[in-house]
Amino acid sequence: MRSLILQAAARYLLPIMLLFSIFLLLRGHHEPGGGFVGGLVASAALILYAIAYDAGASRRLLRSDPRMLIGAGLMAALTSGLVSFVAGQPFLTGQWASVPLPGIGTVDLGTPLLFDIGVYLVVLGATLTMILSLAEQ
Amino acid sequence: MGMTVAVLSGFVVAPAAPWLHRLGRHMSGWMLALLPVVLTVYFGSYIAQVAAGETFRESYPWAPALGVELSFYLDGLSLLFALLISGIGALVVVYAGSYLAGHGHLGRFYVFLLMFMASMLGVVLADNLFTLYVFWELTSLTSFLLIGFQHEREESRKAAWQALLVTSGGGLAMLAGLVLLGQVGGTMELSGLASQGDAIRQHALYLPILFLILVGALTKSAQFPFHFWLPAAMEAPSPVSAYLHSATMVKAGVYLLARLSPAVGGTEAWWYCVTLAGIATVLCGGYLALCGTDLKRILAYSTISALGVLVMLLGMGTPHAIQAAMVFLLAHALYKGALFLVAGAVDHETGTRDADRLGGLWHAMPITATAAVLAALSLAGIAPFFGFIGKEALLEAALGTEAGRFLVPVIVLAGAVFVAVACIVSIRVFLGECRPTPKHPHEAPLSLWLGPLVMAAFGLVSGLHPSWVATLLSPAISAVIGPRGTHEPLQLSLWHGLTPALALGAGSVLLGAAIYAGWNGLRRANSRLDFLRTRGPAWWYDLTLSGLNRLASAQTRVLQSGYLRYYIIACLATTVALTGYGLIASLEWSWQFVGPGVRFYEAVLAGLLPVAALTAVRSRTRLAAVAAVGVVGYGMAIVFILFGAPDLAMTQFAIETLTVILFVFVLYRLPRFAVFSSRWQRLRDAVIALAMGTVVTALVLMAIHHPAQDRVSQYFAEQSVAEAHGRNLVNVILVDFRGFDTLGEITVLAVAGIGVYALLKLRPSGGKDDET
Repeated sequence: MRSLILQAAARYLLPIMLLFSIFLLLRGHHEPGGGFVGGLVASAALILYAIAYDAGASRRLLRSDPRMLIGAGLMAALTSGLVSFVAGQPFLTGQWASVPLPGIGTVDLGTPLLFDIGVYLVVLGATLTMILSLAEQ
Repeated sequence: MGMTVAVLSGFVVAPAAPWLHRLGRHMSGWMLALLPVVLTVYFGSYIAQVAAGETFRESYPWAPALGVELSFYLDGLSLLFALLISGIGALVVVYAGSYLAGHGHLGRFYVFLLMFMASMLGVVLADNLFTLYVFWELTSLTSFLLIGFQHEREESRKAAWQALLVTSGGGLAMLAGLVLLGQVGGTMELSGLASQGDAIRQHALYLPILFLILVGALTKSAQFPFHFWLPAAMEAPSPVSAYLHSATMVKAGVYLLARLSPAVGGTEAWWYCVTLAGIATVLCGGYLALCGTDLKRILAYSTISALGVLVMLLGMGTPHAIQAAMVFLLAHALYKGALFLVAGAVDHETGTRDADRLGGLWHAMPITATAAVLAALSLAGIAPFFGFIGKEALLEAALGTEAGRFLVPVIVLAGAVFVAVACIVSIRVFLGECRPTPKHPHEAPLSLWLGPLVMAAFGLVSGLHPSWVATLLSPAISAVIGPRGTHEPLQLSLWHGLTPALALGAGSVLLGAAIYAGWNGLRRANSRLDFLRTRGPAWWYDLTLSGLNRLASAQTRVLQSGYLRYYIIACLATTVALTGYGLIASLEWSWQFVGPGVRFYEAVLAGLLPVAALTAVRSRTRLAAVAAVGVVGYGMAIVFILFGAPDLAMTQFAIETLTVILFVFVLYRLPRFAVFSSRWQRLRDAVIALAMGTVVTALVLMAIHHPAQDRVSQYFAEQSVAEAHGRNLVNVILVDFRGFDTLGEITVLAVAGIGVYALLKLRPSGGKDDET
């Protein structure tokens, strides 16, 4: 049973929700948001799409297996912790650099952002792995 | 630098051994023996300097905050052991190459053997207590691998387990003892502890330290009542028995006692514990040595007896006793290593090592027989062999103490047993009439007789030129006596004049010959005392082990029921019990509700949430229950918003939404709703749920009333922008201040995700498997 209204809505909601999730991820360091809730919103977007069409459609959209996202996320978080070794500091010590971005001004970029991206990917990957597998049963 | 490289070289070469073995084929033993030969030469180059009283130390930081260093120390005692380990190691590697020739896993055998050698060098050269412990346990591990080398045999596996459990169990006790010792002595370095002896002996923790370390040393050196693992370990190939279970590893306990005797020795408790353990071992090992006919077992029990002699001497602790211990240690390593290798060669060439089925091998194996006879003469303590000097020293030491009248008979008896064992392994096996053996015997190849012959010849040369050996032994004796006292320079000679020791030595030879003459009758008499062996410590070991297994399976049946509800009950009940106990114990009950300013929304939520929770419990349909749980979740999110936690609220909303979706997918597949639980079960669940709710409520109330200045949040709020460049405190805590926790949490999440995937997709049959 497919609902045309839901399918049409999902097609428009999907990019908006994904954008919103990245927005949440990026603003998390200063305002409410962060990798965890960002990852949840992103997975909600893809699950909405899976409900409107089917799980396979979401998987095709994702282009990679959600399990790969879990691994990539853990690797990202781990790598962000290893960067501090280069500076001779303990594991997971935040490393920061001020990067001038044209049109925005100077932005503080640091390894915690990479860590947050890792959290985002793990949450997205784990949630999708669970729910898409259930949906395919 | 040099010493560290010497110790670790074995670990570096070991992984390459299988490859070198393939390269060298049947010459691989000779090739790999180069490493121990080089090490022997290296350590040998220190003899002159160490004899002049020099010591050497190398140290690298490992975990400096904990006082853990990778540090090595070379003095007379370490040097003696290091030379034994690398020297005998070279002979054993050559021997193994031929003994196990054609065995599919010879390359692997070399790996274990070289790793063992490196670990053992680490034990005797370690200065830091933790360095010592790490290498100590590595010897247990490599010994496990070597005993279980023929792993297709059940006896081998069992013996390997037994040796590992006994020695590494003792090692754990020793670790506790070493930690205490380091704290009491104020240093983790053995070289520093030697001068702290008086402070340690007077400390209140002295006895616990002593007992814990003794458990480690006595299990490793197979002292009564832990001796049973050593005969069982004879399942290992003969080179291993010769190397680990006679010449080196079982002497690690003796080494530890010797090394620590300046620090913890010399008290009454030490005397009684160590000396009595030694005496019990001497007698027990000596008796059991005469009970069997398997050559390796006979040698194993006589080794236990000899280890008992060493431990007894260290317990006595007089300068004479320590001199005797070092002399006897060297003598024993040489002749017993040789005899084990001979037993292996005999087994290899004839197919049996049963003393009743062997005889007259002199004609077939003249060189091996020569080695056996030379080693046996040293074992029997016949002049001019080094064993004779060893036995003289033992008797002199025993005669020189007050307890001599107890100790002298023990040593004479042990000497007699050694004589009888010497007769069995030489006269019985090599002389007399030929007996039929499973394989037609012929002389062993060079690599099989070289080791025993070299070691046995050393026993003869050292006996003829004892002053040469004294250069090596004298610094070792000084190291064991330590700063407590001085000893007269070691004078070793074959002829002391007509002393009581000489007479007693001759007496023990005669007694031993008499035992050998009556050996067959003795064995028949022994067989009636069989219950002594069947109900011995090995029986208790088996009983304990099977009891442990039964306990494990019983508690597994209770705890691992396989029903989710029981796991949840166990988790919640434990949380309630522990947290509840903590709450009651701290007793900071201050039930002051903050103010009357309850807002309208709060009142509505406070009414809504309990109603929704009750609905979820009482509902007769699943969909209604899920919806009610959703109401509780969204209600909580609104509470977060009302109290200014937008991050939590957002996450809660997202989680609730996904949970409902998850439920819908699952509900779709469930059978019709039915009630299976009894009234009693529902009552039990209600009690647990209420208890959990109460505990959490109490916990929250306590957290609220906790004094604000203790809170870490103050610190986080101040440092958030300065240190972590972020204004959102919650997120800064998650990704920066508490980043390591979060890393752990996302790992758990990842494992949970993969776990669900595995449960759903990877079924043994039926489930579709779309690996990508």
